Amino acid sequence: MSAGPATPAVALRGLRKSFGAVEAVAGVDLEIADGEFFAMLGPSGSGKTTVLRMIAGFEPPTAGTVLLGGRDVTRLAPFERDVNTVFQDYALFPHLTVRQNVEYGLRVRKVGRAERRARAEEALRSVRLDGLDDRRPAALSGGQRQRVALARALVIRPKVLLLDEPLGALDLKLREQMQVELKALQREVGITFVFVTHDQEEALTMSDRVAVFENGRIAQVGSPAEVYERPASPFVAGFVGTSNLLSGDAARAILGREGTFSVRPEKIRLVGPPTAPGRGAATNAPELELPPASAEEASATGRIAEVVYAGATIRFVVDLDAGARLVVTQQNLTTSSADVAALRGTPVRLAWRAEHAVAVPDPVVPTPREKESAHAYR
Amino acid sequence: MTLSRSARWLLRGAMALGLAFIYLPLAIVLGNSFNADRTFAWPPVRWTTEWWVRAWDNAGAREALWTSVKAGLGATAIALLLGSLVAFAVQRYRFFGRGTVSLLVVLPIALPGIVTGIALDTAFRSVLAPLGIGKGLFSVIVGHATFCVVVVYNNVLARLGRLGGNLQEASADLGADGWQTFRYVTFPVLRSALLASALLAFGLSFDEIIVTTFTAGPGVQTLPIWIFSNLFRPNQAPVINVVAAVLIVASVVPIYLAQRISDTASGGRL
Repeated sequence: MSAGPATPAVALRGLRKSFGAVEAVAGVDLEIADGEFFAMLGPSGSGKTTVLRMIAGFEPPTAGTVLLGGRDVTRLAPFERDVNTVFQDYALFPHLTVRQNVEYGLRVRKVGRAERRARAEEALRSVRLDGLDDRRPAALSGGQRQRVALARALVIRPKVLLLDEPLGALDLKLREQMQVELKALQREVGITFVFVTHDQEEALTMSDRVAVFENGRIAQVGSPAEVYERPASPFVAGFVGTSNLLSGDAARAILGREGTFSVRPEKIRLVGPPTAPGRGAATNAPELELPPASAEEASATGRIAEVVYAGATIRFVVDLDAGARLVVTQQNLTTSSADVAALRGTPVRLAWRAEHAVAVPDPVVPTPREKESAHAYR
Repeated sequence: MTLSRSARWLLRGAMALGLAFIYLPLAIVLGNSFNADRTFAWPPVRWTTEWWVRAWDNAGAREALWTSVKAGLGATAIALLLGSLVAFAVQRYRFFGRGTVSLLVVLPIALPGIVTGIALDTAFRSVLAPLGIGKGLFSVIVGHATFCVVVVYNNVLARLGRLGGNLQEASADLGADGWQTFRYVTFPVLRSALLASALLAFGLSFDEIIVTTFTAGPGVQTLPIWIFSNLFRPNQAPVINVVAAVLIVASVVPIYLAQRISDTASGGRL
């Protein structure tokens, strides 16, 4: 999905926010289409949460405009905007029961008691939380609180739902489950979801499009595949996935090209036979059965510097003879024993299809003096 | 930690001794208020409720009790208003001098009462009296409020800190305007903290004597002042025991309730 001719649900124009001397958001232009599941991804301090808070109306922008459904809401209070937020710590009202929490938005809108009750029940059902209506938030588990927070925001049927690190407080299993559920829920209710996360996997698995934030600016916007396969800068290549860059001499020697190139670790294969000398019968390393490289593949030789056994996969850190370091992720098909650690120091040959070495443009990061030209930078 | 048997008994004994030292004298006062012997020979041989009847009929004591109640309520009201306002400001906003304001608000509870008393006495006599605000019950209320504010401030600040800052944001986000947010979220969430600190403040004010001595106008007598001025009149001794007993109960009950409320509050976050 991309912003079509229809009015975008959220549009940000030249958005900036300074806290004292610190520029948290340094010029963001963005359009989020109606019904989109949009992720704002970035490390902490990259400005993504501040952008979310400016959309919600909690922070007034220093410059720029926020449009919701084409309407300029930059100067409007949170309660005058058709967006709702699911807070990182949920911000449930501790003195109200689950049902009263969910009914809150309807209560302040003076919706009648019967309708309030019915809609709250419907919202709680949609997040699959029944039978806890009279509990207080303190008596709920983290996952249940999260569901209440979702129901409380959805019950008002906002145009846009903002989620601030919605899964950050949950443990791994629950997080994976909620990822699937959130996605299904979004499809079901058809509301635009904008969510902030620092977890690249979460952003890739859940969203239609991802904006990667770096130092208060958007470094790249695109579908998960675009961002992952064709990172727009070394920063994006490193933040969305493992940084596997070839540049300078290594790029010239291995690829025969100038510039910086990214190769994703799972695109690289260990191929045989290792050409480097020195591997005698004395080593007790397990035998790797390696397929040969095909003619159209790029390849490089090196030495295994580190082996990380991760169950389903094995990660090899390889120091190339041409002077770069690449990480290779292999499905754990060939080794059956855990003594892969003994492979450390083994000479290997790596191969990948030529198109998987993706040219990464070096970013034109504006210096502070050139901030005025930052509008063009997306 | 594991302690040896003898160490455990030693510590228990020390605790019992310490508590006994604090509470036995109080128990004796309570007992003596029912002691029929005018010289208060201990242990009492005969019991009577006569002193309680006499105390109730004592116009001076009753008037003093009423004055104390008025002073306590007044000081508590001022403290609730000012204390929670300052707590909100300090918790919500980052402004220049925030730390200083916080310290200045808490400081009065550490100041010696006699210093506060002398300072207020001077202020009322030489600065405010020419403006028509002389010493009276009002000056007592103001004097008590100086340290009652601290109690409210600390309680409300602690509660606000524990709740995190974004309940108000969540409320606004869900469509509530400022007044609705206060009515449905902020006030209910603070209610028990306000009640607990009101009880504590009232308890503090009710048995205060030093600041009161310096700020009370002529003819204004709180209960502790009344006790003090009647202490050395032999024929008032039985009544004083009764009044002291009342004072003990009136101070202990609010503190006990305040603690109960705070306990529930931290457990149930209400």
